[in-house]
Amino acid sequence: MAQVKNRLTPFFENITFDRDDNELVLNFGPQHPSAHGQLRLMLHLQQEQIVKAHPDVGYLHRGMEKMAENMIYNEFMPTTDRMDYIASSSNNYGFALAVEKLIGLEVPRRAKVIRMLLLEINRLMSHLFWLATTALDIGAMTVFLFAFREREYLMDIIEGYCGARLTHAAIRIGGVPLDIQDSFLHQLRVFLNKLPQNIKDYEDLLDSNRIWLMRMEEVGTISTEMALSWACTGPMLRASGVAWDIRKEEPYELYDEVEFNVPFSDKGDNFARYRVYMEEMRESAKILYQCMEMYEQCEKDGQTELMAHAPKYISAPKLDIMTQNYSLMQHFVLVTQGMRPPVGEVYVATESPKGELGFYINSQGGPYPYRLKLRAPSFWHTGILTDLLPGHYIPDVVSIIGTTNIVFGEVDR
Amino acid sequence: MRAYKPKDNVQAKAYYTDRFYVAPQVPKSAVDTDAVFAADLEAIKAKFEVKDAYIQVEQMVVYINAHDIYGVLELMRDELAYTQLSEMSAIDWLAKDNTFEIFYQMLSMTKRKRIRVKYFIENGQAVDSVEKLFRSADWAEREMFDMFGIEANNHPFMKRILMPYDWQGHPLLKTYPLEGDEFAAWYEVDKIYGKEARDIIGPELRDTARVDRYDSERFSRLGFEVPKGTEITGNEEPHVESYQEEGGVFMVTKLDKESSKVIDDPQR
Repeated sequence: MAQVKNRLTPFFENITFDRDDNELVLNFGPQHPSAHGQLRLMLHLQQEQIVKAHPDVGYLHRGMEKMAENMIYNEFMPTTDRMDYIASSSNNYGFALAVEKLIGLEVPRRAKVIRMLLLEINRLMSHLFWLATTALDIGAMTVFLFAFREREYLMDIIEGYCGARLTHAAIRIGGVPLDIQDSFLHQLRVFLNKLPQNIKDYEDLLDSNRIWLMRMEEVGTISTEMALSWACTGPMLRASGVAWDIRKEEPYELYDEVEFNVPFSDKGDNFARYRVYMEEMRESAKILYQCMEMYEQCEKDGQTELMAHAPKYISAPKLDIMTQNYSLMQHFVLVTQGMRPPVGEVYVATESPKGELGFYINSQGGPYPYRLKLRAPSFWHTGILTDLLPGHYIPDVVSIIGTTNIVFGEVDR
Repeated sequence: MRAYKPKDNVQAKAYYTDRFYVAPQVPKSAVDTDAVFAADLEAIKAKFEVKDAYIQVEQMVVYINAHDIYGVLELMRDELAYTQLSEMSAIDWLAKDNTFEIFYQMLSMTKRKRIRVKYFIENGQAVDSVEKLFRSADWAEREMFDMFGIEANNHPFMKRILMPYDWQGHPLLKTYPLEGDEFAAWYEVDKIYGKEARDIIGPELRDTARVDRYDSERFSRLGFEVPKGTEITGNEEPHVESYQEEGGVFMVTKLDKESSKVIDDPQR
């Protein structure tokens, strides 16, 4: 291919650089190490203070909603991995649950327990990742290394389960594809037994750290009204004084059978969000212990079913497909044509590590969703920067973006 | 008679549907089966016209008139404690009856209930912005404009959000192909190299099946791929390229072509 001269010019048509006042326009990103992805922030500055902020997103837009309209339901599952790629099983789960609600499926108990194990491991992975990157942004290199080390153990467990470390695709519509491997529970228990000490290590490094406190306390304060108005969910909302956790309030799977608390704070600043994340890790560990007990109980009770039995929508077990003609025929139709959920629509919200992950599906009875809307929490957590940043100083931008915990696979979809 | 399929819907379609297949419905129940929803619906009905209301998958769906939306959401926020607008967007029904269906997903944290408020607008009609009530509508309405071309009146910054500002076309319309249209194919070429470079570079390849149909194994032909199995050595002399330096590299054994065996059959 012939070399042609590059004519890229900066795309600044929305910025006026010639100004009479002292205002300076600063482009933060889209390539900025602490923008956590492809975020472009146009900041209007008076000295070091931000007077106007304009987040610009869309650099990672892949048109997932469009892709969903052109894929059969099972085909879309690996695509959901690419939304919040820090905790991809939670996206898989949100989509699977939405389709199951649409069809009206009941998932076997053992699959539910495995799903909860995966979801909480994903939450821990996501929170550890959040802690690591935010601490790194603030300058706490040690915490970054510590937290990534722990995350690595979890990724190993997940890798043992589904073979992937980031894009798991570990959940299917109607259940889970596999039983957990033999070493899963042992590895997880070893990890969880060490986790309280690990969390304490992070807190020893951060909680009384002068720099950490200066960057976190009284910075990026989100009032309750603002958080509600901007549709904030998850830790962002809980740190602003609303103890709303979908796992608790609208329980799905077996979350109504496990004991856990919903940590929240009424301060609304960066430090409050940091505290909420740390406490949520402890709560996740608590849930995981209970899930392991539930799993062992399932084994004792001889519950081996992993996928729901619904021949119209879900393929039969592999053994049936290989031995029974009719199961094979159904499997063939489901793979080539796809399942056809009933006509109707559903909006299902789940508590992903970042907040409320919602899937709106409008089905017209065909094998492709007529409309699928992904409600990603990070989208609004980015939007709130418009109102949150003015009044803050440039270094605060980094810590605020850090604690909002936005992931651009999810913002842009 | 053959079933009618809208011609201006270019999304993937089922290639076979049993002609006697009747799609089942997701069950709907009447609103009065749930006391909380029934009370909410009464409050809305007292002030606004409600065209239809039912409960589907634990959530109430309320159809209203397009011009009532601001009032309904204000009532729901201030009096019925639906304090969050989780999501809003549109559904394209242009092929069916030239309308868009707009939905607003509301959440009440005190009642633990979700309501979906919906209405229809004609193609080309604008919606009323609810950004003054819920700041989250700021970005949601921009996204809806970006994806469907539905504008929101009284919106403070009605610009595209995900696509570039100078993009043409609205990607989530059913008439918009998955691979993008003509404009999309030339967008980056025009932008980066200029229109006059079109002949040299060619349109952006957005065919997702391309790797299957074309030979992408012969990397030296990148950009000039041919269908699989095509004989391309017609007039060309076989060219042997040595990828190893003559003098040799420290610690790396020089490949001896004579004694090495090339496995031709990738299936072996």
